[in-house]
Amino acid sequence: MKAIYIMWLREVKRFIRSKSRIVGALGQPVLFLIALGYGLGPVFAKAGQGDYFQFIAPGIIGMSIIFTAIFNGMQVIWDRQFGFLKETMVAPVSRLSIMFGRTLGGATVSGTQGALVLLIAIIAGFRPISLLGVLFWLVIMLLIALLFSALGSMVASRLKAMQGFQLIMNFLVMPLFFLSGALFPLNNIPSALLLVARLDPLSYGVDALRYFFIGAATFPIALDIGVLVAVTTVFLVLGSYFFSRIEV
Amino acid sequence: MGNIIEVHDLTKKFGEFVAVKGVSFSVEDGGIFAFLGPNGAGKSTTIKMLTTLLRPTSGTIRINGYDPVTDSDLARKSFGIVFQDPSLDDDLTALENLELHGVLYRVPKDTLTKRIDEMLTLVELSDRRNDFVRDFSGGMKRRLEIARGLLHHPKIIFLDEPTLGLDPQTRNHLWSYVQKLNANEGITVFFTTHYMEEADRVAKTIAVIDHGLIVAQGSSDGLKKQTGTTSLEDAFLALTGSAIRDEASSSLERLRTHGRMWRGSGRRS
Repeated sequence: MKAIYIMWLREVKRFIRSKSRIVGALGQPVLFLIALGYGLGPVFAKAGQGDYFQFIAPGIIGMSIIFTAIFNGMQVIWDRQFGFLKETMVAPVSRLSIMFGRTLGGATVSGTQGALVLLIAIIAGFRPISLLGVLFWLVIMLLIALLFSALGSMVASRLKAMQGFQLIMNFLVMPLFFLSGALFPLNNIPSALLLVARLDPLSYGVDALRYFFIGAATFPIALDIGVLVAVTTVFLVLGSYFFSRIEV
Repeated sequence: MGNIIEVHDLTKKFGEFVAVKGVSFSVEDGGIFAFLGPNGAGKSTTIKMLTTLLRPTSGTIRINGYDPVTDSDLARKSFGIVFQDPSLDDDLTALENLELHGVLYRVPKDTLTKRIDEMLTLVELSDRRNDFVRDFSGGMKRRLEIARGLLHHPKIIFLDEPTLGLDPQTRNHLWSYVQKLNANEGITVFFTTHYMEEADRVAKTIAVIDHGLIVAQGSSDGLKKQTGTTSLEDAFLALTGSAIRDEASSSLERLRTHGRMWRGSGRRS
């Protein structure tokens, strides 16, 4: 239990200390919010789909969470290269608690990053239907954060060096984001694209965020939450398995 | 006194390549044991098996009476280790690195603070406790790692080439801490080094490994007598030959190199 806490604390401390990383990670979501939110807004409205800014803000919050979470999960590779991983591998605690602590830390960090983007979105004109939903927002954001932190450490446990990082960004993170329905509504899209979106866990995360933020969703909310919880569990189990198999 | 480390017929294979070929040795409780060998002889692989980082292919190990494979947590609690490369978190302070270690090893909170003070004093880093490790020199990092390895009162400390890249001053200090600990706390010291004069000066027992086999075991004088030489360095060269070895960067790399060799000339040097 204390091992989980101390590994969590390590992630949080490292996050708070890297101010430049926090600010840097805000740049991209803000750019998306402004360029797409304001830029495509008129077209979206003309097509009778309503306010694009309101629609895209939950998607961008989801984006900042998934980027931060996976990036944080990939820290396992840094720890391998800088040696710290060995310190945790010879410690007399279960690999499960090490992995769990790291993942919880990564989730906290990326959830916080998502909350910062939410704050900026609200300043920029994002209006959630009711502020009473704040607890639900945070729970869903944390759930998304947990899912992708677990995915990040799972992938990183299998990689030996940072060279694989670009591959992961281009062939895992980018597709997960762009095909999730974060940027476009999932109704009336080609069925092949819909199928892909339905296989993407982020689709359900963003959908759940939209449900609680703007009261509009594609899937039933129970399905969204069910998928998020199930996939998170699977990733956590697989992640700890791969993590326990690491040999340094 | 009994043996705190017992290794019997220990073997490790990476695919077809046998890195450690059935070695047996023991380390006396409270002793200082030097494990010597040229690069790629099987030293690191053996240490990794002793410290639960690698699973042996066959053979048995007892660390403080525990099997690292089945009782890994009890075995892990019994030793501290200073790895060949640094394994500190650079983004945490010296104190935070030690606290993290203390929590992972379940050192009770009230004794932890006292023990951290004690260890920081020993390695003369008390005044740098709140500095980030990234600002430390190589020697300071090594000293901090020694403090960390000893924090949880281990029975054994493994030091894998602890003096690599350190200046003579730091090297001397380091060995004096280690000898002090061995004398005062009765900690068994298991170390590797390429500096033969260190092994000669510090170790009570020496084992020489080459090509995955133990080629000689005994005291420094015993090895000199056995080989008819006057220095440990000459004894070491007499035992292991003077050909230069190339060590692959990791076990995986070694495996690949080996694969290439077999597809190529088909003979291992």
